[in-house]
Amino acid sequence: MVHAFLIQTLRAPNAEDTGFCRVLYSYVFGAEKSPDDPRPHGAERDRLLRKEQILAVARQVESMCQLQQLASGRPCSDQQPQISDEPVSLHEAPHGIFGLAAGDPFQEPRTVVWLGVLSLGFTLVLDAHDNLLLAESTLRLLARLLLDHLRLLAPGSSLLLRADHVEGILSRFLPHGQLLFINDQFVQALEKEFNASWPL
Amino acid sequence: MLDPCASADHMAESGDRREEVRSVGRHVFTVLESRQPEGPSLRPLLPVLSKVMGLAPETLQEDQTTLLNKRLVDWLRYARIQQGIPHSGGFFSTPRARQPGPITEVDGAVASDFFTVLSTGQHFTEDQWLNMQAFSMLQAWLLLSGPEGPGIPDTEDKSELEGSTLSVLSAASAGRQLLPQERLREVAFEYCKRLIEQSNRRALRKGDSDLQKACLVEAVRVLDVLCRQDPSFLYRSLSCLKALRGQLGQDPGSERALLPLAQFFLNHGAAAAVDSEAIYQDLFTRLPSELFYRPVLAFEVVRFCRDNFPLFDLHLLGLLKLSFPNLFKLLAWNSPPLTAEFVALFPALVDAGTAVEMLHSLLDLPCLTAALDLHLRSSQMPSERPLWDTSLRTPGFLEAFRDPQFQPLFQHLLRTKASGSTERLVPLYQLLQPMTSCARVAQCAQAVPTLLQAFFSSVTQVASGSLTNQLALLVLERSSALYQVPQYQAHVHRVLSSQFLALCKQKPSLVLELARELLELVGSVSSIQSRAGMFTCVVWAIGEYLSVTYDRRCTVELINKFFEALEALLFEVTQSRPSADLPRCPPQVVTVLMTTLTKLASRSQDLIPRVSLFLSKMRTLGQNAATSSVYSEEDAEAIRTRATELRSLLRMPSVAQFVLSPSAEVCRPRYHRDTNTALPLALRTVSRLVEREASLLPG
Repeated sequence: MVHAFLIQTLRAPNAEDTGFCRVLYSYVFGAEKSPDDPRPHGAERDRLLRKEQILAVARQVESMCQLQQLASGRPCSDQQPQISDEPVSLHEAPHGIFGLAAGDPFQEPRTVVWLGVLSLGFTLVLDAHDNLLLAESTLRLLARLLLDHLRLLAPGSSLLLRADHVEGILSRFLPHGQLLFINDQFVQALEKEFNASWPL
Repeated sequence: MLDPCASADHMAESGDRREEVRSVGRHVFTVLESRQPEGPSLRPLLPVLSKVMGLAPETLQEDQTTLLNKRLVDWLRYARIQQGIPHSGGFFSTPRARQPGPITEVDGAVASDFFTVLSTGQHFTEDQWLNMQAFSMLQAWLLLSGPEGPGIPDTEDKSELEGSTLSVLSAASAGRQLLPQERLREVAFEYCKRLIEQSNRRALRKGDSDLQKACLVEAVRVLDVLCRQDPSFLYRSLSCLKALRGQLGQDPGSERALLPLAQFFLNHGAAAAVDSEAIYQDLFTRLPSELFYRPVLAFEVVRFCRDNFPLFDLHLLGLLKLSFPNLFKLLAWNSPPLTAEFVALFPALVDAGTAVEMLHSLLDLPCLTAALDLHLRSSQMPSERPLWDTSLRTPGFLEAFRDPQFQPLFQHLLRTKASGSTERLVPLYQLLQPMTSCARVAQCAQAVPTLLQAFFSSVTQVASGSLTNQLALLVLERSSALYQVPQYQAHVHRVLSSQFLALCKQKPSLVLELARELLELVGSVSSIQSRAGMFTCVVWAIGEYLSVTYDRRCTVELINKFFEALEALLFEVTQSRPSADLPRCPPQVVTVLMTTLTKLASRSQDLIPRVSLFLSKMRTLGQNAATSSVYSEEDAEAIRTRATELRSLLRMPSVAQFVLSPSAEVCRPRYHRDTNTALPLALRTVSRLVEREASLLPG
């Protein structure tokens, strides 16, 4: 089962600002077993903990992406933001994978698969038994759907106001964190359903 | 009615609410039980169920498990193979319903057998959707509900099957009715077998082709689980997988399936008495050397080794250890994500037989990165998207890469197996100098210190006395022969210095056994120039460990020899004016030389007058014209103070010996807490005595 999905900003490797990347959207499907803590803890504390964990993952994804961009000699700043409607080629977008040790930041060891599309990063946090190949293609699919339907890369588009759109896509293509073995025709059928509920 | 989907979302936020989870589960099963065709669609429910199982597997009851097993069998095996009818609508739809066409395979042919996730059509029926979802959760369900899962224990009697390693008799052939769980396993097996056959077809769409590869991986993984839960599946699985093995060699892009296949043979190869050597050869040899530039594949290979090495038999473990040069290619190219994985893998990889070669390889890792970049430039087709660093132009490099003079060195660097010999790659460092500005090389260089630490902590577990000596020598030798990536040398020196000291601490007689090499090192001033930190550690180690207490073979002659060499060196760096050949020596080197000389003198007391004389000369350091410009006032002051302290100590030789060459029990804290024998007390006493003595002297 996928533990979490997130969308974040990715800054160019030599960015002058020294702040952190921003998490634009995140959804945590799984639940961590609460540590043995006799004090009753509220939902707010859990929520803050999850937020911290997601931010920690996002920072690592950003640095991995920046390192990869530098290593391939193609820094982000070269690319112009995509304004046209042409589909972004995702098979050649920077992508990668790394492991998270137990306790850092999640209790269980997990694996992170990420995909960078210009200034946006898409990430899946996976559990031990997840099929990595399926996770990669699901991530590319989600990225394509989100970019197409929400026009995320167009100037002036704001993801923060359209969380329900994103949830609509997630509930169909990654229901409750379940990776689905969907072939092209299934994808088209699901897209049709999504378009019916969220007309472009 | 409680909406299970909404509740399921809420469940994620509160892992503790077992009761809520249980009630959601109950509702879902209630819906599952009802067989009404007009009932609510079951499509949203399976993922909810999957989540419930993930969060609280122990809440499932036996009748619920049985029900789910039966339903899964229905959906996986008996989904219809006609396409669904699209919802009628639109102005121009004909009143007579169109005949639904058959389901097709991904290559367009009509479906040859039951419906699977690799079957396509224009519209899908409900049971076909459920087929897809059922397969998506199949592996997790099998694991949960199987005998080793946290779910309810398997109730059937396994004693007959456990004894035989290759039981051909399955429950079905034994003639009895299958339990729902057994039936599910049987259906799962058929499904996987069909998927493996279907993945042979040439898909018309790219998305389907990607899915075929994912399905192949999943099918092998499910077969692995099935064989673990019921060994009677082994025989049939093997014949399935043998065909797959052959096909994996040819098809590019199918390498990812090699990993679950290797896992399968690791888990079951012994029972099946199958020779899986070829697969591991592929995994350790072909994959890393040909496809090192694929980050996810590289990660998977290393993860496989890291997760499974406790299960490797001796032969396979030996193969892994010998393949380290190849595995290092994955590390050299993808250092940021793989560094942590390799740190965890070192305990398996490090071996006394290959340790020396491995240390050389680790120190040359950035050079390997550069060589791999060149290798890609020279071997890739021009039409393909470049994998190397495109910001770096390397005119003339490709010719050098193919130059027969450098060929053996490149071949050694890019070797796939431990060769047992080492090559000095210094000519390559000069050749590849322009590539040190390459980002990937720099990233690799940054990872090396961490890797060195991990290497040393593993190797000290297995190192014998002679290996420790070899490693220490290697450390000394290589500290002056490194690929010149910016800041690489400084960081590596720091690690190597501390590791050299750790080696000495572990085996103090090292200093004595390597006396000849160490004498050579401290004999020449040039040693100080490039590696002052390293040199300081070596001199300190000499002072600390060259004594009878650490090794009985230590003779006075040896101490004298070292003394003379160090004294000459100290004279040269302090008394001569610095020149182009003799740059300024860092003050730490001066103080450590003085302290070491004093330590040696305290052990061979004939030397004390010589040292005292020298130290008194040092007290005027920085105060005469020759040396005043060399050191800052602070540094000169520090050196003078140290010289004075040491000289005072030497006035009472037995105290000097006590302080500078303490025996083992003195080093224990108890010795210092006991007020009668504490060292600070002794020192205070000495200082007071010396002061009083000085005040009693006339003038």
